[in-house]
Amino acid sequence: MTVISYLIPISLILGGLGLAGFVYTIRSSQYDDPEGDSRRILSDDWDEHPKP
Amino acid sequence: MSANADPHRPHIAVCPGCIAAPDGPVEAAPTEARLALSLPTIHCQACISKVERGLADVPGIRSARVNLTLKRALIEADPDLHAADLIPVVEGLGYEAHELDLAQLSSTQTDRVGRDLAMRLAVAGFASMNVMLLSISVWSGASDATRDMFHWISAAISLPAVAYAGKPFFVNAWSALRVRRLNMDVPIVLALLLALVTSLWETSLSGEHAYFDAALTLTFFLLAGRYLDQRTRAVARSAAEELAALEVPRALRVVDGEETEVAVTELAIGDHVRVRPGGRMPVDGVIVEGQSELDRSLLTGETVPVFASAGQVVSAGEVNLTGPLMVQATAVGEETSLHRMADLVAIAESGRSRYTSLADKAAKLYAPGVHILSALAFVGWYLWTLDLRTALNIAAAVLIITCPCALGLAVPAVTTAASGRLFKRGLLIKNATALERLAEVDTVVFDKTGTLTEGAPAVTNLGDHSRRDLEVALALAEASSHPLAQALARAVQSAGIKPARVSDVVELPGFGTEGQLHDQTVRLGRLEWVGGTPVEATAAYLDAGDGKIRVFTFADSLRAGAEEAVAALQAAGKQVVLLSGDTEGPVAALATRLGIANWTSAALPEDKLERIHALTADGHKVLMVGDGLNDTAALAAAHVSISPATALDAARVASDVVLLGRDLAPIAEACTTAQKATRRIRENFRLATAYNVIAVPLAIAGLATPLIAALAMSLSSITVSLNALRLR
Repeated sequence: MTVISYLIPISLILGGLGLAGFVYTIRSSQYDDPEGDSRRILSDDWDEHPKP
Repeated sequence: MSANADPHRPHIAVCPGCIAAPDGPVEAAPTEARLALSLPTIHCQACISKVERGLADVPGIRSARVNLTLKRALIEADPDLHAADLIPVVEGLGYEAHELDLAQLSSTQTDRVGRDLAMRLAVAGFASMNVMLLSISVWSGASDATRDMFHWISAAISLPAVAYAGKPFFVNAWSALRVRRLNMDVPIVLALLLALVTSLWETSLSGEHAYFDAALTLTFFLLAGRYLDQRTRAVARSAAEELAALEVPRALRVVDGEETEVAVTELAIGDHVRVRPGGRMPVDGVIVEGQSELDRSLLTGETVPVFASAGQVVSAGEVNLTGPLMVQATAVGEETSLHRMADLVAIAESGRSRYTSLADKAAKLYAPGVHILSALAFVGWYLWTLDLRTALNIAAAVLIITCPCALGLAVPAVTTAASGRLFKRGLLIKNATALERLAEVDTVVFDKTGTLTEGAPAVTNLGDHSRRDLEVALALAEASSHPLAQALARAVQSAGIKPARVSDVVELPGFGTEGQLHDQTVRLGRLEWVGGTPVEATAAYLDAGDGKIRVFTFADSLRAGAEEAVAALQAAGKQVVLLSGDTEGPVAALATRLGIANWTSAALPEDKLERIHALTADGHKVLMVGDGLNDTAALAAAHVSISPATALDAARVASDVVLLGRDLAPIAEACTTAQKATRRIRENFRLATAYNVIAVPLAIAGLATPLIAALAMSLSSITVSLNALRLR
């Protein structure tokens, strides 16, 4: 049963990471243009290097 | 010197927040301009890149980003750049572009509410998943110290998570209780609090049942309902804002002969304003210079343009047709007749707020019922066992099981599905209860000009004229921007006729066009100017040089889908009424053509309003469809109202539904969809009740476990959502 003393914190931390990730995406306005963002991946404008 | 010490500005800095509010025109020049363009025709990735690249090449633009969801481009640029300069650039790329007034787009604010809800939804979701994991171990047999530890961990997650995620419910419930009323949120909050308190108590006593997972899933499902509701309304609001933002309120103020473009709000009484042909009057005033014709159809419903010259009084909202006019303002902003009409609307509107939505009706039955049931269970069990712990546990179980998860989802899930479907067909549902009201409609009242008709004339007697006359007419008509001339030119051109060689064509604003053909003067224009015998219909008169006067008659062309809409509504058993401010001739003709038996012409705004009141008093539920200022009071007084996107701002504000496309046909479909949606909502209520009928006796009997509560809650919420999806 000692294994749960590792597993429970791990599950909580993983869940927390997911939540933190979601909070980050909301804060950085990643849901403002879902339609446009899903299509921008097809653009080859910044394939060579990231947009400065 | 501090702002407080300045005796000339005593009202500043009364509170810290007031300092930020500008006290007048901002003095400092902005270092950057934010512009917005509406791009209704963009649809793919290639469009995005093309527009962004095209805009980035314009000198002065710092950044441009296209939002495909909103079909909008947001641009940051040097302050001296105007949106008007960018429209040709985008049009050159092959896309339609319109300027948007950023002041009207407060989407950032609605965004914040949506984000806030999404964040709380996420917290509730993540926390409930973790707690559910622990709960499942408990249900599958964890015991003693392990179970206690799981319960304590659940408590450590649930308490802060519910405190954060449940804030909207706490706030709503408190504001209802403070005015001694019950709303749906009161039993929710009570269930949440009781669940947490009894669970904590049980946990501290090493008890078997804890409802931490139930408290969290409850929050999660309810937040999902709220979020859907908010999303639907945000979409509607942002589309409505966009319509308003498309009309950029600017005017040309003339000071000492020099024109400057200013915002309409900056105009003052006595200012001279220049109104170009095609422009709308920004103020009430008197014409001081120029001659033209005015289109007053949005205010009165009349289709025939009115002659205007110096000395004539004009009202805000009228459209100048032919010549430039100089107007001296006599009333601006809130004082204009346009705004006084809007006040009529406010009065009419107060009657409508009496409508109680299905959700409110359900809540009215539900909230007291649940409280009484749970209190009875508590008292009964306490008297039976004299054990406070058991009694409290059972009362909590009753509250949790009857929790309005499914009720909270029942309405938003259906309205989201229905609004989404109607939005695709070009109907924007602005009001939350509009669908329910639309479903009850049995009488439809239409306005004529601009609603059933395009509000644009079409020639009716082209075949009566010789080819030579038409050639002359075309040459003269092409030189004018008057709507009758334009309609005539279009009709003749489409008949494949080339213009005659008329020289020295000049337009006399307010009268017509004149030119020379074979040393003879030819004229196309008003009766009083050209001469000839007057005819009944809207007409333009042509003198082709030989002294004989030809008459071109015009009728308003029918809007696409008008016949289908009227036929479909009548087929659905609804009474259709036509109320118009126009003269008897055109109204009667249109009514006969559409098969509307019940029509009234020359109706004043008050007449329309009275008619709606009379119909309502007879027990009819009236749907009003109209676009003009003369319709706004009727729109607001009707049970539910629809206006086309081309309507005046005031009319759109007064109506519940806005028709985005040109086609009228979706109106009939909207009624059917609304009926279906209301049926689904009722079904959902019945489903939710059915679950309660099964689960509540178990809870009262003390047989409910957290597992049963979780199952009942999830199953009912999921069935209700799936039932809503059947609407498509």
